[in-house]
Amino acid sequence: MKHVRSIDELGVDGIVRILKVAEHMAEVNRRPVPKVPALVGKTVVSLFFEDSTRTRISFETAARRLSADTMTFSVSTSSVNKGESLRDTVETVSAMGVAAFVIRHKSSGVPWQMANWTDASIVNAGDGWHQHPTQALLDCHSIIGAFGIEPAPSCLRGLTITIVGDVRHSRVARSDMEAFTALGATVRLVGPRTLMPPDATPWGVEITDDFDATLRDSDVVYMLRMQRERMNEALVPHLGEYSTRFGLDAVRAARMKKGAVVMHPGPMNRGVEMMIDPSELPRSLVTNQVASGVSVRMAVLFDVLGGQEVAS
Amino acid sequence: MSLLIRGGRIIDSTSTDDEGRVADVLIDGDRIVQVLDSGSEVRADDVLDATGCVVSPGFVDLHVHLREPGREESETIETGSRAAARGGFTAVVAMPNTEPPHDSRVVVDFVRDQGRRAGLCEVVPSGCITVGRAGQTLAPFAELREAGVRFFTDDGNGVQDAQLMRRALEYAGQLGLTLAQHCEVASLTHGAVMHEGACCSRLGLPGWPSLAEELMVHRDIELCRLTGSPVHFLHLSTERSVEMVRAAKAEGLAVTAEAAPHHFTLTDEALSGFDPTFKVNPPLRTPADIAALKRGLADGTIDAIATDHAPHAPHLKEQPLDQAPPGMLGLETALALALTELAMPLRDVVAALSWKPAAIAHLADRHGRPIAAGEPANLAVFDPSATWTIDRGELASRSRNTPYHGRTVRGRVRHTVFGGQAVVVDGTATK
Repeated sequence: MKHVRSIDELGVDGIVRILKVAEHMAEVNRRPVPKVPALVGKTVVSLFFEDSTRTRISFETAARRLSADTMTFSVSTSSVNKGESLRDTVETVSAMGVAAFVIRHKSSGVPWQMANWTDASIVNAGDGWHQHPTQALLDCHSIIGAFGIEPAPSCLRGLTITIVGDVRHSRVARSDMEAFTALGATVRLVGPRTLMPPDATPWGVEITDDFDATLRDSDVVYMLRMQRERMNEALVPHLGEYSTRFGLDAVRAARMKKGAVVMHPGPMNRGVEMMIDPSELPRSLVTNQVASGVSVRMAVLFDVLGGQEVAS
Repeated sequence: MSLLIRGGRIIDSTSTDDEGRVADVLIDGDRIVQVLDSGSEVRADDVLDATGCVVSPGFVDLHVHLREPGREESETIETGSRAAARGGFTAVVAMPNTEPPHDSRVVVDFVRDQGRRAGLCEVVPSGCITVGRAGQTLAPFAELREAGVRFFTDDGNGVQDAQLMRRALEYAGQLGLTLAQHCEVASLTHGAVMHEGACCSRLGLPGWPSLAEELMVHRDIELCRLTGSPVHFLHLSTERSVEMVRAAKAEGLAVTAEAAPHHFTLTDEALSGFDPTFKVNPPLRTPADIAALKRGLADGTIDAIATDHAPHAPHLKEQPLDQAPPGMLGLETALALALTELAMPLRDVVAALSWKPAAIAHLADRHGRPIAAGEPANLAVFDPSATWTIDRGELASRSRNTPYHGRTVRGRVRHTVFGGQAVVVDGTATK
């Protein structure tokens, strides 16, 4: 695959292929020296136009474990502050001989526009409200690990995954919905109408505002981050009411289906959507998600850069 | 200087069918002096061959952005006039959102004079409804009327305040002016990038609800009823808007409306590749809206085809989609898109491009006239069956933001005559 920009472009085959390679990468990561020479001599540039901690570090760790050279471009110290355009930035960096860009931008669609200005591969690390495909892949990787499933088409059939919160503004939710349904899961959205996409028919998912009613048959409860500024846009009355209706607390956790897991993409808003410490949950995948991130991003970089065979 | 247009078939407001009479049109100075049986022996200084072509009154575009003064990197009055002439237009109404805007006599005089200097079509400045298009205080309607302005709009900014719009209609109505509204309730479109629906949901882009347009169409129909002053609706884009205008016309209210070619040829799905070329205000909508606009044009609910020609320099359109300015080119492709996409009699297409908009813009004394001796020689000569492929590199506009690059269409302007002069000959501007 030349680029990894959206779950839709990747398709079921691409998702399964990357999840399988990620299993090998997880094995590499368990070694005393977790490093292979797969991408020696290839340069991966992280272009982060938006703040990020875990995604940027996760990608850089992944690239280094594959022996790629990494460069990081962050807007605060770049010529973007002198008014350089996105096109000029991409063309300038590209001219230095870049194999892949890892791009994070606050505007939906930038990874597609960039493809007009560079021959390098493009890995989307989050564009606006649109897509964050490596998050969805690492979420799938965490789920199949937790439920002991082999990666395959339809491998999530029979699982009900409930995504709770601000789906409207969430690239994580859009990517997850597409990945989970592509692998056969039943996906349900929970939240007020104001935080749902205007029209959810593209995904064929059920929408409800009754969080409690979804708990008893959800295999995965996926909590989204609730941003404080949403109150100012009259999307919810106040955070307290949001927490009461859509926060995960001990009472709700106790009513979850036996064996069900809780996930969160981070960073968590404790006291808003997470009214309980993940360590107090019967089964939380929050730290597994972070660990999966490195393996999955190694698999993604390996997929787009088509390096030599992974040393076994 | 005399000019003979030989062998075309004439379609004008007096035509009763699409056949048209094959005739030669003799022009002397800026007037038509004679319409003769084709092949008549007649002497002229210059001859334009119109065999196989339609000869019609020149087109009138109610809605163009020429960017001068202020954004000359995107278009100038000269380059925009050249694009207009190549599209068969002999008059264009220049929107007021220049820098500075058309809210004083000095600016509208400048725009008109630049149009005269270019000499490729008549550039008709519109006036602002409010000072600075800021929606706060009325622009000096009478002063601008003295400068020849009859058509007023804050295009790009709908007048949000209902009281202010009422006052504007009351005041302008007495002066015999027409107010044109860009219908958009701004509180519903804050940050909007594309039509609100399944596509924007999937692409993670803020939606532009149809309701934002429809609420203001409804309000202004009621203000038209209250004040009796005419209201023109710019670039209608939704099914409900068309239905409301149809009902208002059936009641006899003084409303008129236009539609832009991109709104009856492209849907919101065009943005799936995140190309800002397809970002426009109002946004591209759905197949149901396209069907409604076509019905509206066919039954006359929508009077005019207007392009909303909106040039933007490449560096502006290369920004991220949510930051790129809305707008697309239209002047050089309007006729072809109308002929290719609209299942309407040829005469009705020409009406929507020529004499109907001429009347709305108060230009009916010199544009959209019948083709007869003594009339002003503002004419379009086009081949309705010529097919061609749109190439952005060949456009006369200074900008390149056409959404139709690579599209094959039918119908092409061959010659344009403005003020008796052949300003376009065989598709090429003569100056």
